[in-house]
Amino acid sequence: MKTNSTLKMKAENVRVFYGANEAIKGIDMNVYQNEVLAFIGPSGCGKSTFLRCLNRMNDTIDQCRVTGLIELDGQDMYDPRLDVVQLRAQIGMVFQKPNPFPKSIYDNIAYGPKLHGLASKKSELDDIVESSLQKAGLWKEVKDRLDQPGTGLSGGQQQRLCIARTIAVSPEVILMDEPCSALDPIATSIIEELIDELKANYTIVMVTHNMQQAARVSDRTAFFHMGEMIEIGSTTEMFTKPNNKRTEDYITGRYG
Amino acid sequence: MNKITGHYSHAYDDELNEAVDRLIRMGALVGEQLQDAIKAFIKGDRELASQVIQTDRKVNAQEIDIEEHCLDIIARRQPTAIDLRLIVGVLKSINDVERIGDQAEHIAKQLLDEDCQRPTDAQLEDIDMMGDKVLNMLQQALLSFQRMDPALALDVLKQDRLVDHDYGRILRHNLTYMLEDTRQITRGLHLIWVARALERIGDHAQNICEFSIFITKGRNVSHLTEDEVDAVVHDKV
Ligand SMILES: Nc1ncnc2c1ncn2[C@@H]1O[C@H](COP(=O)(O)OP(=O)(O)OP(=O)(O)O)[C@@H](O)[C@H]1O
Ligand SMILES: [Mg+2]
Repeated sequence: MKTNSTLKMKAENVRVFYGANEAIKGIDMNVYQNEVLAFIGPSGCGKSTFLRCLNRMNDTIDQCRVTGLIELDGQDMYDPRLDVVQLRAQIGMVFQKPNPFPKSIYDNIAYGPKLHGLASKKSELDDIVESSLQKAGLWKEVKDRLDQPGTGLSGGQQQRLCIARTIAVSPEVILMDEPCSALDPIATSIIEELIDELKANYTIVMVTHNMQQAARVSDRTAFFHMGEMIEIGSTTEMFTKPNNKRTEDYITGRYG
Repeated sequence: MNKITGHYSHAYDDELNEAVDRLIRMGALVGEQLQDAIKAFIKGDRELASQVIQTDRKVNAQEIDIEEHCLDIIARRQPTAIDLRLIVGVLKSINDVERIGDQAEHIAKQLLDEDCQRPTDAQLEDIDMMGDKVLNMLQQALLSFQRMDPALALDVLKQDRLVDHDYGRILRHNLTYMLEDTRQITRGLHLIWVARALERIGDHAQNICEFSIFITKGRNVSHLTEDEVDAVVHDKV
């Protein structure tokens, strides 16, 4: 798989502290446009923490301090003058557990565009709702019940609803933290297929505990271990010939 | 011996070790078959030659058995990295081992097919020496696989030149005889075919070594020069 070489995001010497505990210990990383980048690594190694740095979700956690540089399109994301709400529209996030709002399917999607003033008329909003659901591969299944609650959908449908909700505000980057871990294999395959389609228009960074999933959907893979990024590279290379012994031990299911 | 260890699943360790063990066992069987084929040809032992031919069935059965074992591992374990390379290496190696068996059978058939003049002692001596080299290559190739020893594999790759040289020599000698005396053509051809089979076996042993280097070093060395392979084996690239 070839990857685009346009730099989308860049992290330099990123450290994250929860109080005195250093959870991320100086990570450098490039994220390229239109790639799918997967984070793998044992539980507690800092994947979610680092992912949250990429859209400043850590700001919402007390005691959490981030140092180093993170850029989006060459712009410092931690610049105090930056509008965080705007930033989150550029960088969407999908979580492990599907978390639709307790509102109708329509309102779940329309909420973001309304908030960001992306639609002035009802018809424009309708268009955004439809196209977002289309892109998330959910339109056909819900088009006749847009007024019903999003929470009434199946887990896999809910997750696609959350992806549609993320897409609705036209982000450039989509972050996903174990988006399939609560889904069955079929719903998982559908999401994976979706990720494959989405990467034509978005840059995707995802955390997964399912290594075969990383192998199936990502262009590049980064291996995290105890707050460090041990190795990053082409997914094929990573799964056939990793450079680092710790990576190899992890992906082959060995204790180090 | 370099046993595969360290997986959280011991059963997985065992399955991978079993794949290698079965390859080594199949290799040992083919090694015996080859040794018998050479012996039968040199001694003119027709009884032994027919045994060599019958061994083929056992070899084929083992090949299928190993293939199934590997498919099972792929389906259930989804091996990655060195484990994936190991399974691919085993799957490819059994193909070469099986072809070595075919060549051994071919050697044995040279004796059964025709009722021709026996080769001279000097001619048999040539085959005997070449056969020893090839057998040694095969045994070392299997050992390099079993021990995951790329340096030993490299050593075998280097030996192939000697075998090629032997083949060229036997070919030239026999061609000269055949040109001088047309009554020697049948006998000459048999000798050439045997030498050719041995030369091919050397190539198959080489392939097995290349797979063992692929497993340990993660690099496909099949189209590299000897110096380049040397660099891969000694981590100079
Ligand atoms: N809100 C928090 N407050 C304090 N410590 C935290 C917090 N979130 C995470 N940590 C700590 O930071 C480290 C990294 O956690 P993180 O959740 O990023 O790991 P992870 O790789 O995503 O793990 P998992 O695979 O289990 O989701 C852990 O030691 C964790 O205990
Ligand atoms: Mg996590």
